[in-house]
Parts: sequence; structure tokens; C-alpha cells
Amino acid sequence: MAAVQETVEQVRRIDVDQYKYGFETAVESEKAPKGLDESTVRFISAKKNEPAWMLDWRLAAYRQWLTMREPNWAKVNYPRIDYQDLYYYSAPKKQAGPKSLDEVDPEILKTYEKLGIPLHEREILAGVERPEGSSRVAVDAVFDSVSVATTFKEELKKAGVIFMPISEALREHPDLVRKYLGSVVPVSDNFFATLNSAVFSDGSFVYVPEGVRCPMELSTYFRINEKNTGQFERTLIIADKGSYVSYLEGCTAPRRDENQLHAAVVELIALDDAEIKYSTVQNWYPGDAEGRGGIFNFVTKRGDCRGRNSKISWTQVETGSAITWKYPSCILRGDHSRGEFYSIAVSNGRQQVDSGTKMVHLGKGTSSRIISKGISAGKSQNTYRGLVQAHRRAAGARNFTNCDSLLIGDACGAHTVPYIEAKNASAVIEHEATTSKISEETLFYCMQRGLSQEEAVALVVNGFVRDVLQQLPMEFAVEAQKLISISLEGSVG
Amino acid sequence: MKPMLEVKNLHVEVGGTKILHGLDLAVNKGEVHAIMGPNGGGKSTLSYVLAGKPGYDVTNGEILFDGDAMLDMPADERAAKGLFLAFQYPLEIPGVATMTFLRAALNAQRKARGEAELSSPELIKRVRDIATKLGIDHEMLRRPVNVGFSGGEKKRNETLQMTLLEPKLAVLDETDSGLDIDALKVVADGVNRLRSPQRAFVVITHYQRLLDYIVPDVVHVLSKGRIVRTGGKELAFELESTGYAQYREEAA
Repeated sequence: MAAVQETVEQVRRIDVDQYKYGFETAVESEKAPKGLDESTVRFISAKKNEPAWMLDWRLAAYRQWLTMREPNWAKVNYPRIDYQDLYYYSAPKKQAGPKSLDEVDPEILKTYEKLGIPLHEREILAGVERPEGSSRVAVDAVFDSVSVATTFKEELKKAGVIFMPISEALREHPDLVRKYLGSVVPVSDNFFATLNSAVFSDGSFVYVPEGVRCPMELSTYFRINEKNTGQFERTLIIADKGSYVSYLEGCTAPRRDENQLHAAVVELIALDDAEIKYSTVQNWYPGDAEGRGGIFNFVTKRGDCRGRNSKISWTQVETGSAITWKYPSCILRGDHSRGEFYSIAVSNGRQQVDSGTKMVHLGKGTSSRIISKGISAGKSQNTYRGLVQAHRRAAGARNFTNCDSLLIGDACGAHTVPYIEAKNASAVIEHEATTSKISEETLFYCMQRGLSQEEAVALVVNGFVRDVLQQLPMEFAVEAQKLISISLEGSVG
Repeated sequence: MKPMLEVKNLHVEVGGTKILHGLDLAVNKGEVHAIMGPNGGGKSTLSYVLAGKPGYDVTNGEILFDGDAMLDMPADERAAKGLFLAFQYPLEIPGVATMTFLRAALNAQRKARGEAELSSPELIKRVRDIATKLGIDHEMLRRPVNVGFSGGEKKRNETLQMTLLEPKLAVLDETDSGLDIDALKVVADGVNRLRSPQRAFVVITHYQRLLDYIVPDVVHVLSKGRIVRTGGKELAFELESTGYAQYREEAA
């Protein structure tokens, strides 16, 4: 019993001290007045020099939002959010839209450096010796409400790939944005998505033209810095016929005693034979051991496999946030399209995670695969909530779901809530679920071979999540593995 | 010469139940000691206490390993000092390749001893050589630790680990249980290869059979929490014909 007891102790001690991204950057910022009304929406739209249709779109969303209620079906508890006590727009001063990296505030660059984000093109190009053809990563960095830097723009342009802040895309490619924005997550979709539609400030826009395989990984790095500020980013990715793109987002925030709201919307569209691989490493500040502070993460992510044989794959490593409410989903509309969801959700301290996916099979011969690994420690609650739906037309739809939960200690909880709806008799849906504990016997076995207790826990956990880690782009798999160890052990960092 | 392992007047309780009552044992380097005895006599408890498994309360006595008091050391420290326990029921670790596990174990021990970590190619070569010698299929090294292994494969894996880690003292806890004769020979062969004047073994077994292959220098009978008799290898044959009944009564 003692070994597990010690692990529990270890885990208990983990609080803010383990969160190494908890620092704050001193930059002057420009904010919208606190609170939310139509003038806030107009303020944001004006700041972005948006076309009139965009403002109307936002205002319609805002009016709709006023009639909606916050959902409460998830297994999470949190104090009421006062939507009038938030800033809806915050931008580092001086540079509204930097022309090049040289114009970016050095403080911000320093911040991203501390976070390990390779922002300097020159450093990347000069410093890294990699064989021809191996991947480099283009980065878009979003600081509070605005994008501060996008790298490799020129090189991507040559390939015809558009990768830019969505605020910029609204000016440069308004037709593309207008055609696809809100086409996967409608303005009226849900409380948080509707709020986002009204006040979203920035995020990334990606368009990969027909037949193009994006020459590098695309990545967006989100950072909440300012106090009392909500972050509402909007990401829109379109993979045209026969194209391929792999995209990764990372997120961190400073540690603060008060909670902060993050309500993002991500829309993916894959046309005929196109493939989008979307990976997330979410490490927002989780709050301290007593549950003070931390990010409320209410995110709507959905991909539309609109074309035949299209494929969308979500991979997520979720270690941060006080509250996570997130269900990256796939609408399998095109015949023979495929959706995948690979998830590692780690909760510790008083974190609450309610996450999973929806696989909506509409087309013939569509297939989906769900692999979810939940790890709960401390006094956290970790819920997998998933929906697999086969509609009438979805002849031959196939789904395989595997949900495994691992418990560390005896004060945490793991829950699995699968919903399965099949309206087509030829659909085949499989669901497997397991719940296990890291046993004292296993730890002792590892320690008898020379591993410290922390190393033993890390080894067992890494084995548990291996299937999912393998789905991440190489560069990030190592990072994610480290992050999981840090979140659980308190030894490093 | 000081013994490599000295157990003095060891009293152990598990969950309030007394299991060992004043056990004494001294093992010199170069020796193989067999510990035999009836089920429930405390054999496995002894192996766990030696290896430092949590949950075993030592209420009295001490254990010296190479002259150092060992009872306050956690299991990993004892391992780094050169103590190895071959488990009766080796644990499964899903998702962790055997090779990965071996690398983590060996390098953790080397680090604890202040030695340089072994590079991956070096380690892989070393592990493969050992596997070949022990007749272990290299494919097993890619499989997750003990997952889906037969009883024999698990014990071969224990032998492989023991050979790689080169302990000073290896404790084998009923390694023969559930093994067919071929697997038994592999394990015995592994032990015999490792026998050296610098190394000692404590072989815990219920049956004499294993001792046909691993010939002990000293045989002890452990019953009711104490060593009740000690002799040479002939004692094992005697036990084989007379059984343990008399020891149950003597110790009572």
C-alpha cells in the first residue's frame, strides 16, 4: 500500500509549482472596455477592419447568444461565470499587425522563446541541421486576442498554401472565409460557440489548394497573458480536393488566482480525397492544488468530411485547464470518409475534464475510430463522453471505440459515457472500455529493477498512452510525453 | 570475511499478522543457498522483505547487505546496490516494450551508482547477445513486458533481466513454479552461467526438482517463520522423501 500512498502524496504536492509556463509577460496592452454588449462586438470588428458582412454576422450571433443558456449537462462544477466581468479584447500595444518578425515586441518574442516555440525563422533555418525533406514547422503565434507572428509565410505561399491570422484572411481572402466560416459549426450551434462567433478576435486560417500536400507542419501557439481576459480564437482549415495538411496547436497561460475563460471554435473542412490531421497539446494553467484559478476551457471543434474518401483525424493531449469541455467531432458526410479521434486526457489536483468526441456517420461506407486514454490523479474527475451515430443512409458504417481509464490514488474519478445510435441495420459499432489502477505490485516490480517511483509511474503511464502518442507528429510526441510526466509527477520542471 | 547478506533476528508482520519470527541467515559471496519449506512458512515474505516491498512491517531485527543496513532503503536503491529478485509472478506492463524496460532499468541503476548510461546501440547488442545465449527469441524483446507471455516466457524474461543487470545477490522466488522441464533448464542454465566467486544466490523453492539443475551449497528449511534446519545439498533429497510434515510440528 505504501508505494501507492507515496504516489498519491507526490501527486498531491503537485500544484502551481509544476506549471512552468505560469509566468506573465509585461507588455502594454490595449483592451476593449470590460463587459459585453453590441458596442464590444463593434469595437472588435472595427479593430480588425472587417468587412460589413462580418460585423453583421457577429451581431446576429450576439443577439442569438442573448437568448441562449449555458449548458449544464457535462459532469463539471464551476462557479457562475460573470460575462460582464471580462475583457473581450486585449492586444499588445504598438503593433496591431507586424509586417515582419523584427517588428514584434521583443518581450513577446522572449515569452515564446521561454515556451520553446521556434519563432525565429532565421534560427530555425540556420540552427537546425535536418536531412532534406524532413519536417520543419511553420508557426502562427496568438497572444491574447491577436496574432503576433507567422513564420514561413513566403515558403508556404510558393506551394499555394494560405496560412495566416484569420483577421488577415478576412481582408485578403474574404470570399474563402465567407464561404466556409460557420459552415461546420453554425452560429447557433451552442452557447459557447455562439459567444465565440460574436467576439472571436483571432486565430489561424489555413487553405490548402487542390492536390497540394502542405510541405511542412503548421502550428499555432496560443497564449493568454492578460488578466480577466477571455480568449476566443477561431480557427478555420480547408483542405481542398486531394490535399493534405497536418496542423498542431499548443496552449499555455500564466498562473492566476482567478479563473479565465477560453471559448474557441475550430472548423475543419475536407473535400474529396483530402486529409486533415489536427493535433492539440493543451496545457492551459490548471489551477493550484486547492482548485484556485485555472482556465475554463469550453471549446467547440468539429471537422466536416465533406468530400468522398476524405479523412479527418483529431489527436489531443489534454493536461491543462481547470475545466475542460471539449468534443472534437467528425461529420462523415462524404461517402467512404473516415474520422479518427485519439485522446490522452490527464487530470490532477482538482481538475475536471469532460471530453470526448462525436462521430456522425451520414455517408455510405464511412468509418471512424476512437481511442481515448484518460488518466486521473489527485482529486480530479475525468469523463469520456462520446457519441457514435449512424444515420439511415450510412450503409456499411463502421466504428471502433476503445476507452481506457487509469486511476492513480483513491480520491479521483473516471467516468465513461458512450452514446450509440444506429439507424442503419448494416452499421457495425464496437465499444471497448477498461478501467485500471497503477497497482502497487507493478510499481514494486519496476522499482525492484532499479527505477525510482517517479520513473516507474512515468513508464507505466507512457505505456498506457502509447497508442495515442504514436499519432502525434514526431517533434511533439516527445514534448507531449514529457508534459504528461510533469503533470503527474512533480519531479521535473 | 563478512557475509554478503546477513539477516539477523528478523521479525516481520503483514497487516498485523506475524509471518517471520526471528529469522537468521548468512550468505557468503560465491555461495548458492536454497530455502525450502512448507507453504505458508514465510518463504515469499522473506524474498519481499529482502527486496524492500512496501507493506511489510519489520518489527525487529536487521538486514545487512555488503555490511550496510538495508531496511531503510527503498527498493530501487537496493536494486542499484546489486540485489535482484526474480518474481514468482512477474508483472505485465502494457505498452512498454521489453527492450525499453530493460534500457530504463539498467540505466537507472547505472545512474544511481554514478556510472555512465549505456548508449542504445550498446545496450541493444548486449541484450541480444544474452537473449541468444538463453535461447530467447529476439521478437520477444519488442513485445510489451510480459503481456501475453506464457509462464515459461515470463521466467525466461526474468532470467534475461537478471543476466543483464548482473546483480551481486539474486533471490529467486519459486522460479520453478508452473514451469515445464525445458523452461526450468533455461532458468537454471541462466543462473549457472552467472555463478561466480563474487556473486551469491538465494533460491527459494518448494520442490527439490530445481536443485537438480542449480546445485546449492547450503540448504535451509524455513517453517513457521524461522530457519529450523540447515544442511548441505543432501538435505534437499531427504526432504523430497520425507516431506515437510515433521517441520510443521517441530516449529509449532
